[in-house]
Formats: sequence, C-alpha cells, structure tokens
Amino acid sequence: MNAEVETQPRGGVTPTWPMLRTLGGIAMMSGLLVVLVYQTTLPIIAENQRLLTEKAVFQVIPGAVTKRDFVVTEGGLQPVETGGAGTVIYAAAGADGGLRGVAFPGAARGYQDVIQFLFGYDPDCQCIVGSKVLKSTETPGLGDKISTDPEFLKNFVALDARLNADGTALANPIVPVKHGTKTQPWQIDAVSGATISSNAMARALNDAAQDLLPKVQRELATLLSGEDPKEAP
Amino acid sequence: MAELPTQQEPLTLDTFVRGLWEENPVFVMLLGMCPVLAVTNSTMNAIAMGLATTFVLVCSSLLVSLLRNWIPKQVRIASYIVIIATFVTIVDYGIQAISLELYAALGAFIQLIVANCVILGRAEAYASKERLHTTFINSLGMGAGFTLALLSLGTVREILGSGTILGVPLFPADFQPWVVMILPPGGFFVLGAWLLLFNWLRLRKARKSPDPTGAAIHAS
Repeated sequence: MNAEVETQPRGGVTPTWPMLRTLGGIAMMSGLLVVLVYQTTLPIIAENQRLLTEKAVFQVIPGAVTKRDFVVTEGGLQPVETGGAGTVIYAAAGADGGLRGVAFPGAARGYQDVIQFLFGYDPDCQCIVGSKVLKSTETPGLGDKISTDPEFLKNFVALDARLNADGTALANPIVPVKHGTKTQPWQIDAVSGATISSNAMARALNDAAQDLLPKVQRELATLLSGEDPKEAP
Repeated sequence: MAELPTQQEPLTLDTFVRGLWEENPVFVMLLGMCPVLAVTNSTMNAIAMGLATTFVLVCSSLLVSLLRNWIPKQVRIASYIVIIATFVTIVDYGIQAISLELYAALGAFIQLIVANCVILGRAEAYASKERLHTTFINSLGMGAGFTLALLSLGTVREILGSGTILGVPLFPADFQPWVVMILPPGGFFVLGAWLLLFNWLRLRKARKSPDPTGAAIHAS
C-alpha cells in the first residue's frame, strides 16, 4: 500500500474525481438495491407479522379459528379499522361463529428486559385459558422456562380472573406464589429457578387484566357482533 | 489498469478447500468471534447465521472483485463497508421475509455481520486483488468454513445444553441438560475444546510429516 501511495502525484494533488465517482456510484447502487429489496419483501413481512399474531391468538384461545382486532380507547372498544389509538386486543371466534375468547397483551420487566406476553381470556368461565411469550430475552434454560415448563403452563389453563361485584376490577388479584404452594385458583405457581420471570409474568397478567378485563366484560356485545354499539341503529 | 495475470492465483481445488480447513476463518484465523460465541446456542441458529454470513461474504467479495480496478486505494475501506452493509440489509429483510421467529432468535447479530472481520478481511486481502471466478470460489469456501465452524459449536452446545438436535430430543426424559452450555460460558468452553482438537491435529500432522514446511510449522 505504501508503494501505491508514493506513486500518487506529489504536491497535494489528490485524485478527487475518482474518489467521488466511486463513493457516489457505490452509494447509489447500494440505495437502489436496498429500496428494491425493501419494496419486494414489505408485503411478505407484513403477511408474516399477521400470521404470527394470528397463530399466537389461536394458540392462547383454544378452539379459535377467526379473529377480529379491536382497540381499547377512552370511549370503549372500537374495531381497529377506525384507527383509534390504544391497546389492541383480539376477539377470537370458533368454527360456529360464537365468541371463544379475547386475547390481550401484557408486559412487565423480567430479569433481562421487558417481557411481552399475550394472554387468552374466556368470558364464559371468566378465566385465563392460555398464555404465550411474544418477546423475551430471559436467560436460556432458566428464565425462559416460563414459556416451556409444562407444569408452569398448567397455571394458565383455567386461571381464575372473575371481576368483583361492580365489575371495575378483578375480584382477586392474580398473584405469584412460591413453587408448590398454590392453594387458590387465582394464584400462579412460580417455576423454581425462574422466580423473577414468573413474577414478571404474573405482574404483566395482573396489570393487563385489571385494566382491560372490566372494559372487555362490559362490552362483550361489541366483540360478539363486531359492530360499534354507538354506530349501530 | 492492466491485468497482471502472473500475480493472480490460478483456480484450483485448494482455492475452495483452504477456507474449510487450512485457513478456516474461525478455527485457524480466529476471526468473527462475536457471532461464533453469541448465536451458536442451537444448531438452527448456527446454520442460519452461517448461511447469512456466507451470502454477504460471497456477494460483497464478488462486487469488490468486479470493481477492484475502479476503487481508488484511499476510499477502499469506505467502499467495502458500504457494499457489505448493502448486502447485510438485504439479508436482514430476507430473513424477516423467510421467518420472523428466526429473525427474533438471531437478534442484533444479523446487523452485526457488517462488522464481521472475516468479510472485510476477504475483501481487503483477496477480492480486491483476484479475478471474479477465483474470488467466488474462495469466498464460498471461506463461507462454508465459517458455517462449518458455527455448526460444530452449535450442534455440541445444543446436544449438551438442551438435549436436542434441531429441536428433536436425543436423550430419555430424565436427562438433565447442562444449561451452562447454552449460556455464554458454554460458547467459550466448546470453542476452546474445538481449538484444542484442531491444534492437536495440526501439530500431530506437522510432527509426522518429514518435509521442511512441516518442520517449520512445528518449530513455530
């Protein structure tokens, strides 16, 4: 390389044009390629995202075959198409068209970072019927047991989430308990070795359920019909 | 610029095989250690990372080789990085289109291929001097060697750390996996063990071979 440098013209004459031409040309080619690939993959990635969400919703609500997305806004539940801002929940229907359950997201800080969950709620039994970890960076083999440990996942098969008499909050807050000491249907039996992650999951579920379930239960008719009650004749 | 055919490497089988064994980027040159240690906690991740790196390596080497007579020395590193970054972006979108779950598993390491010194090293040391077809074969060999190394680590770590291979259970249900193997220390343990094996094999070969090159390797 030194030999090359020495062969350049002396007296500070740097060949600016070839450098500009090269960098400009490469940058332009790079931009073109990236835009081309971005445009090609955009619909595929959006479809993947949709399938992933759908798969997760059907996984947390047994028997679900279709879903509709709703936004929880200040004024109540609205179909996602109306463009309101707020938490998105998914009303899932079975093959007969009846409401099977509602999937709602939750998040809480775990050992490494915030863990994102999706929970399934069945309005008939007023209980949590499924859970899925959407995003987690918990320690493999320890904290990530919350998405694999079969014993722990049994907590979310029929976890009591009844509302109190006036329907404003859960009758019994969902709480984690030490492994092997679960006595009540609203308690979560933590995984030993993944206590912080288990607690995070319980906290995420409790926070989300306390906030969303009263609104969901109040407007079950909206979810069933898929229409905004205020707009219906 | 005139071509100087005498300085350029003829295309032989060695052009490819070198990357697998003699100049293996991981086990011999110890380059690109970050993804080697970080994403090899399962066989699938290792394969995906290896293939993604190979794609970037081959494409960027080809383009560098193609443009080698137009890129002035002063701006070559900047040019190489832009070329490499372009292909990394393409791979990034490509993996998202193939599987979002795989994308989530590989995390930030896809974007970090840009900084993988195997690729920049190939561009600087080989592709910028050699013809298109030898560059293609050589970078393919290097990519295969890198993938092979990732696979060697990923398979061992998955078998010991999760008791599975590509997600298929290998052991009876009462096998207690060595969790440490899929955690960062496991990466160092397994890498160390492979390096030990490779160096022992090389030393043994050098000791047995009577020719002076072998003696030189042994002496060093």
